[in-house]
Amino acid sequence: MATTSEDKARIARQFIEAIPFSKALRMHLDEIGEGLAAISMPYDAALVGDPRTGVIHGGAVSALMDTCGGAAVMSHADAPAGTATIDLRIDYMRPATPGQRIVARAECYHVTRSVAFVRAQAFDEDETRPVAAATGAFTIEQARTPERAP
Amino acid sequence: MSRPRPEPVHLIKQRRDAALSALVDGVPYIRTMGITFDRRGDELTGVLNYDDKLIGNPFLPALHGGATAAFLETTAIIELSFQILWDEIESGRLEGGALTPETLPRLPKTIDFTVDYLRSGLPRDAYARARVNRSGRRYASVHVEAWQDNRSRLFAQATGHFLMPGRSN
Repeated sequence: MATTSEDKARIARQFIEAIPFSKALRMHLDEIGEGLAAISMPYDAALVGDPRTGVIHGGAVSALMDTCGGAAVMSHADAPAGTATIDLRIDYMRPATPGQRIVARAECYHVTRSVAFVRAQAFDEDETRPVAAATGAFTIEQARTPERAP
Repeated sequence: MSRPRPEPVHLIKQRRDAALSALVDGVPYIRTMGITFDRRGDELTGVLNYDDKLIGNPFLPALHGGATAAFLETTAIIELSFQILWDEIESGRLEGGALTPETLPRLPKTIDFTVDYLRSGLPRDAYARARVNRSGRRYASVHVEAWQDNRSRLFAQATGHFLMPGRSN
């Protein structure tokens, strides 16, 4: 029996919510499916990188982008058994507005047997101007005994 | 023609340590991540003190790629900032001992940061050192390497570009 897209979304949500670091940063899976993922993270004083302005640390945005990229890979139609980041480049376009929730949107736009290619953007409440953009490559971990569709 | 007496060692250490802690202690995210810095002269080593919350893959288990990225970025920016501060306090233009997070000069901003994951991070402490390859008037390029058990077996490395603090920004 094929897994439905709801099953996949539920599995992905459980997977992400079981990650201790994502939990510590209070990340929430907003959307998932077919190589696309949206994950958001509330503003928190513990994530501030510049105490004089209250702007969130770039490293917290990186963590969100990395998690969201991984989620997009896991939700791809080819359904890898697991994934890990090979490399991730983040461009910081502007400081996120203090007090606002940050949402990352990632798209796994191409996969080969071993590699998934991802692009992502992060926004605060102003969804017309991205805070940061990312591109990355992720591994495709195959299940040990590959399941074949009948 | 006599040389001035060398400064007492405790004053030198106090000035340099005060400048480093002014840089590090005021940043909530550095505390959240459990990152600390060891200093030997002007050489800094970032330490990511292990905590269960840093895990990204509970099945292996392995450090979260985002935690590794944040550790590398923090180490790069503190190295670059400390280098800028070092010249200021050693020349006496800035009073190192009197520096606080509030009186710090403006710090560099990250333009971009690229992390290269070489092997999975094990559930234990990690260390990182950064090298400023170029520090110009407006831009700086910094490379950073992280390891756990063996200094020669890196588990991640990164390069970042930074906008230097200036009169105009």
